[in-house]
Amino acid sequence: MTPVFCIVALFTLAGGLAAVTLKNTVHCALALTVALAGLALFFLRLDAQFVGFAQILIYIGAVAILVVFAILLTRSSEPEASGGIVSSRWLAGVIIAAAVFAVLGWAILRSAPALAHESAAPAVTVHQIGTALMGRYVLPLEIVALLLTSALIGAVIVAMHENGSAK
Amino acid sequence: MIEKLDQVFILLRDWLVQFLPADWQAIAATVLNVIAIIAVFPTLFAIVTVMERKGLGRMQNRFGPNRVGPFGLFQPVADGIKALTKEDVVPLCADTVVHFLAPLVLVVAVFMGFSVLPMGRNMVLADMDAGLLFFFAMGASTELSVFMAGWSSRNKYSLLGAMRAVAQMISYEVPLLMSSLAAVMTAGSLSLSRIVDAQNRYTFGLPHWYVFTPWGFAGLVLFSIAAMAETNRSPFDLPEGESEIVAGYFTEYSGFKFALFFLGEYVGMFSIAGLGATLFLGGWSAPLAILKWVPSWIWFFGKLMVAMCLFIWIRGTMPRLRQDQLMNFAWKFVIPMTLVNLLVAALWRFIGPGWTRWVVCWAILIGVYVLMGETILRKRHLGPRSYRYAE
Repeated sequence: MTPVFCIVALFTLAGGLAAVTLKNTVHCALALTVALAGLALFFLRLDAQFVGFAQILIYIGAVAILVVFAILLTRSSEPEASGGIVSSRWLAGVIIAAAVFAVLGWAILRSAPALAHESAAPAVTVHQIGTALMGRYVLPLEIVALLLTSALIGAVIVAMHENGSAK
Repeated sequence: MIEKLDQVFILLRDWLVQFLPADWQAIAATVLNVIAIIAVFPTLFAIVTVMERKGLGRMQNRFGPNRVGPFGLFQPVADGIKALTKEDVVPLCADTVVHFLAPLVLVVAVFMGFSVLPMGRNMVLADMDAGLLFFFAMGASTELSVFMAGWSSRNKYSLLGAMRAVAQMISYEVPLLMSSLAAVMTAGSLSLSRIVDAQNRYTFGLPHWYVFTPWGFAGLVLFSIAAMAETNRSPFDLPEGESEIVAGYFTEYSGFKFALFFLGEYVGMFSIAGLGATLFLGGWSAPLAILKWVPSWIWFFGKLMVAMCLFIWIRGTMPRLRQDQLMNFAWKFVIPMTLVNLLVAALWRFIGPGWTRWVVCWAILIGVYVLMGETILRKRHLGPRSYRYAE
């Protein structure tokens, strides 16, 4: 529990809390970005450079932009006049959140004894990650690449003009 | 003596640090590095603004600034004082917090990029294993600040400008990343200092810079195009198209916040030009083996300034693109070319030394370029322009 850890944890938690409590949807998205940046800092503190930078690049550079664009293009970001921030179905939400937390916690607690023989801090360089991706995990990588390409083509087809004059 | 001149900044830092107790020395050295970066690049920004205004003036057959100091050289000082003393106007309906945070986020993210750029021999703030990834991660964070600025102003022009800017930056980030990947593939590392080391070798007195290979030349051209679009520079400066949307996402900014946006834009240009120089032009290495005695930082900053002159030159001579031209250019020409370039870089590596790879690589690149230009231009009806939404 070093001071740096406490500061980053505070920011992450505050960002996460603000993301669900703020009324303006764009503010929520920006608060979520703070939480994601905090997570990236945690990865960096654990010496996972690649994951940390990929987190910033993908979640702050792409996902956050996608979220704010989706908000702006679908409906007004202004809060609705009626009702508070607490939904009428809050109980279901609490149960789902608790269940997800329980599953994650169970998985993490179970994985700890399995990795007991690993060295305390495995030094993984970007080079090793690249070699693993291109060697052992090349098939999953290719499958994901195919999936993403088809998604991209699908998005273009959805956005194309109906009469075929895509200009 | 020459060795000392090359390392003068490092020696100066070590000399300053030794007065402190041993525990503080490492921290103090880092702080001094950061101060150096924060001091040097805004100074360079001031110099480049004068250079740009004088240069543009020359190209447009006028004088440019010539009132403050000799030849108007102190114009940035006057501009700085003006920006500091100007009233900071925040629109009544604006989202005050986000409006305030946007320029800060932009400037912080832009300055972070310098921490991995090697600006001379041993002159890199943080020599990270994944330096290039860090650079692009920071570059991606600037998009959000642009959006924050445009959205929080509650102004249609601002929002339109922000939308344009974000769409453009996302589109051109892909070719930017993929054109630099060619250099990464050949150097075999994401660390920028190792990429420079890989280019810092000489045959017959000529350097092994990547720009002197077919894929490196194409990569540099594609990288420069993408870099110009990424920094919202002319001819890709639609996000701040004055004739249409006032000033784009910073329409509602005044005084020092406006100056911060201005600073962020130029410092972003410096960092991306520095990255281009590092990836393709050998970073701080000398252009000829006999010039190795010149301090390495002079070469880095010299390459940076040449890149800035090129930026200014292009701004003074190229017309602005239209939005659809911009997007078509990115997705139908630049991205396919970067993909082909990646393939050529791989071929270059696996064919091995000899004249065969020169012929094959140039043939593929020029062939694809000509073929793609033909197919794109054939569909285009060159003639009087027709408007869909205006008459």
